[in-house]
Amino acid sequence: MKQCLVVDDSSVIRKVARRILEDLNFEITEAEDGQQALDVCRQTMPDAILLDWNMPVMDGLEFLTSLRGEAGGEKPVVVFCTTENDVAHIARAIRAGANEYIMKPFDREIVEAKFQEVGLI
Amino acid sequence: MTPTEFEFLKKFLKTRSGLVLSNDKQYLVESRLLPVARTAKLETLSALVQSLQRGGNRSMEENVVEAMTTNESFFFRDKTPFEHFKDTMLPHLLESRARTRAIKVWCAACSTGQEPYSLSIVLKEEAARVAGWRIRILGTDLSNEVLDKAKAGIYSQFEVQRGLPIQLLLKYFEQKGDVWQINPGLRAMVEWRKLNLLESFSHLGEFDIVFCRNVLIYFDQPTKTEILDRLAKSLPEDGYLVLGAAETVVGLTEAFKPVPGKRGLFQKKQVANTTTRPVPARMVAGAGLTR
Ligand SMILES: C[S@@+](CC[C@H](N)C(=O)[O-])C[C@H]1O[C@@H](n2cnc3c(N)ncnc32)[C@H](O)[C@@H]1O
Repeated sequence: MKQCLVVDDSSVIRKVARRILEDLNFEITEAEDGQQALDVCRQTMPDAILLDWNMPVMDGLEFLTSLRGEAGGEKPVVVFCTTENDVAHIARAIRAGANEYIMKPFDREIVEAKFQEVGLI
Repeated sequence: MTPTEFEFLKKFLKTRSGLVLSNDKQYLVESRLLPVARTAKLETLSALVQSLQRGGNRSMEENVVEAMTTNESFFFRDKTPFEHFKDTMLPHLLESRARTRAIKVWCAACSTGQEPYSLSIVLKEEAARVAGWRIRILGTDLSNEVLDKAKAGIYSQFEVQRGLPIQLLLKYFEQKGDVWQINPGLRAMVEWRKLNLLESFSHLGEFDIVFCRNVLIYFDQPTKTEILDRLAKSLPEDGYLVLGAAETVVGLTEAFKPVPGKRGLFQKKQVANTTTRPVPARMVAGAGLTR
């Protein structure tokens, strides 16, 4: 079973994402901000990360930049999932090492399409 | 709506667009046609049916037919057809059409345009390979409404997230508020025309590739066979037919056979040696689209 870390400060979003991803056969861990996510990754690198942008303590972009600098940090496939939907934000995320990008609001079909896109399913 | 009225609508739609409605689709007809009735200032479906029976209201008739079509589509739908396009069809055609340096592709029943635009994106990505070639894509559909949308090339945030990798979105689309518009360069690669597949399409000339996906599923077997046989006449011996993931020619026509190992891809029964095909005939046929 592939592991997916869901990083979002909204418990509602985490719950929705968990439900969709569990149906797609992922084992889910959750984090509420970038710092927590980094702690999780330092324990075990997940196969995939669904990543919000705006979060307290450490935001998604900062997390991604740190992650890609960690040992083994190039491994997880990172899919941003955020309300930031302008070209500038998307381009910044890609440059920082994101593999795909979901613009909120999202649904099951979009998550499935994007995870297929990056070869996770 | 009375059973007789439903029967009338079934026949009307079958004749006009090929659509076959089973008897359990009455709810669907009601929910799709009530708005059409309202637009025509009619109170009920019965009134709409009576008006159709009287005849003479062309635009309302078209609206009825269009309202009953299913237009769902997305970019790079099912993925493999577009891989076949890039890795199988293009290499073959780039070799066999080297003299004319022209390739014609037809998306029959292109709906809102995602299919032809996906092909134009592949061609842009492969620009070096096709440099100096005249590759034309024609998109046709029965419905004016979807063609208008296709021409504009404007898609919602939801639509651009189904099947389109984020890199390609950034590269080939421009964000306009809540929506995304495909770049003028890609729009210019596709020509659009209204066309009902039940009617003759021989005037479009010959194509090297025909995408006819997810439309035959709505028709009965004789209609499928009839259309497939006419499509065969629009293709040279070594041309390609691409069908939807749930579609096949098997049991419908002898005019095409599946290309082994390439799901959804079909060629005419007798695949001729491409190099012996008379080139002048093809140049004449290929000129058809410009007229
Ligand atoms: C489900 S869409 C398929 C779009 C695209 N080819 C794809 O696979 O994503 C089916 C389209 O067929 C069109 N259609 C239905 N009957 C038709 C007919 N008789 N002639 C031409 N187009 C037709 C509808 O208007 C609709 O846009």
